[in-house]
Amino acid sequence: MAVLPPGVSAADFAAALSQMATALGADWVFSSDDDLGPYRDSFSPVWDTARERRAGAAVAPADVAQVQSVVRIAARYGIPLFPISTGKNFGYGGPSPNVNGSIVVDLKRMDRVIEVNDQRHFALVEPGVSYFDLYRAVQERGAKVWIDCPDPGWGSPVGNALERGVGYTMGHFRDHFGAHCGIEAVLPNGEVVRTGMGALPGSQSWQEYKYGFGPDPAGLFAQGNFGIVTKMGFRLMPAPEHYRSGLITVPRRRDFVALVDHVNYLSDSFMVGEAVYGSPLASLMGRPDFLALATKPGGASDTDLDAAASAAGLPSWQVELQFYGPEAATAAQWAYARDRICSAIPGAKAVAGEHFSLPPTPDQLANTTQPYHSLIRRNGAMGVPSLGIWKIVRDNGHVGFFPVLPRSGEACFDMQRVMCDALREFPLPPFFSAVTAPLYWHTFAFQMVFAPSVKRDDPAHNAMVDRAMRKAVEVAAKHGWGDYRAAPIYQDAVADTYSFGDHALRRMLESMKDAIDPQGIIAPGRGGIWPRRYRESRDGRTSA
Amino acid sequence: MTRPILWLIAALAPVTLYAKPAPAPSVQRGQAVFGKWCAPCHGAGRGDDGAPMLPGTAALAARYKGAVPAALQSRRDLPAEALQVFVRGGIGAMPMFRRAEVSDADIAAIAAYLRFTSAGARR
Repeated sequence: MAVLPPGVSAADFAAALSQMATALGADWVFSSDDDLGPYRDSFSPVWDTARERRAGAAVAPADVAQVQSVVRIAARYGIPLFPISTGKNFGYGGPSPNVNGSIVVDLKRMDRVIEVNDQRHFALVEPGVSYFDLYRAVQERGAKVWIDCPDPGWGSPVGNALERGVGYTMGHFRDHFGAHCGIEAVLPNGEVVRTGMGALPGSQSWQEYKYGFGPDPAGLFAQGNFGIVTKMGFRLMPAPEHYRSGLITVPRRRDFVALVDHVNYLSDSFMVGEAVYGSPLASLMGRPDFLALATKPGGASDTDLDAAASAAGLPSWQVELQFYGPEAATAAQWAYARDRICSAIPGAKAVAGEHFSLPPTPDQLANTTQPYHSLIRRNGAMGVPSLGIWKIVRDNGHVGFFPVLPRSGEACFDMQRVMCDALREFPLPPFFSAVTAPLYWHTFAFQMVFAPSVKRDDPAHNAMVDRAMRKAVEVAAKHGWGDYRAAPIYQDAVADTYSFGDHALRRMLESMKDAIDPQGIIAPGRGGIWPRRYRESRDGRTSA
Repeated sequence: MTRPILWLIAALAPVTLYAKPAPAPSVQRGQAVFGKWCAPCHGAGRGDDGAPMLPGTAALAARYKGAVPAALQSRRDLPAEALQVFVRGGIGAMPMFRRAEVSDADIAAIAAYLRFTSAGARR
């Protein structure tokens, strides 16, 4: 046996696995090195080092009763469990646990699409269902609803939502945890709870009113460790009739401030789907003189950047807008957005993009016929899962830092400058520069991306990436920007930055953790929340 | 009597002379497994947003530079033992796949399917 959890004897671990094999069937208990290889984080920057987090075993229950059995056996022996849904959380730890030797509870076999409802627009699924599976179920049932999928599409709606993943359609569906409606979870004592209306026996509105009555604990299960989620409901978008897109450019760097304000208005008024920002000046980054300007220490002046844009004959910024709904409504919304922005920002230009009846043809889905170079992920915009995004994965994958920042142009400029300067010492591509555009994935916030690649055969490179990640988290936090999601090896560092009131939130959550999970068996350390038993393990301290 | 018999022969000809036998059950299973787990990255179709190939197919095209076909369905050199190495161990940007996702029998079925699809492929 390669790895044991802290404080657990080999005999107890073996006894627990034997009992789990009785409960689940021996075929669904994995403990050989060969079996456990795929439970490592293939994107890990600490691969084969002492800091890598490795599972001690894995089990794959087929239903809720088997999950309860696993939890009760683990509690008997004080063995930490780490639940995964489809295990595709790449860039954020993959299927690997927070605590070495944990038993991964692999929920892939729980893959039922329990309900798809196109009258009240929701789905209820188990954690092993992937976005591909849910899309297929919607198609096979002929349901008139769209899913909102992230990239890539092999992840789980449950797992992605619990990681607060994001998608590409309308704002209130892009926030996947925000779009959930109803959770069922197995608690550390083996009991099954349902949140919201699911707690009311006989209720028919579990997927329609997420709150029920009293405190809503649903948020405790997202990036948390208060139970193993076994069912989850999601709101779905009624299948729209028509899709329309358009491009708006603005000439000067400072125009971005007004552009963002206008798009915020359009988005918060539910007129547009994902607004995809970009800078046409990014095409100049291959030129050494422009690269030097865009990454100038302290930030380049607006005047110099405007001069570079003017010399290149390029606008400074662009945004692609997307509209869903009846054809006439999308036309009116585009006309309104175009006129609103172009009349307010001197020099702004609008180009009408493709529009077509839905569902898209294969060519429309392939996004090959826009009259301009588009940055839109068309599959995502159409709610069609795909693995096409994997084309951006380099080397052996990457780690991800996606700091949250306000939806303002000024905040974008600040993050460009601060993070560019902070990460200058690291020999990495310029993730932050004067042309870095915000990602508008979450409903009401921007993010930027820092995702350096890892190289399994180059430990020195990985060590540099690791230092850069930690510095990025630290520097961002000093400016009020926090990461939204992190791999187990970075969760303590990120959680440390959410320190208001001398870590009052963490104390509250850890008090709750101790009460609900006194043995600390469910994903200790996840989200930076450590049960009393492991609290000294915070950020790599290993005693249990 | 000859005329109806000739008509009957003509009617059956496409079936009796040209129809291929139904693929073996392992091939059919392999087709389903490949379609679910492999084709979204390693299929022969185009990629997203103007990309000429899917990511896995593009990666193999870059790796082998035409020495072997980039699309797995045209590969003749991927028996189950080789697939086990790549599926369980990953390679490059491709992660590992767990037995709870793709069983050893599934991998054998993929191999059978690839033997079937690559039967007429160039070497």
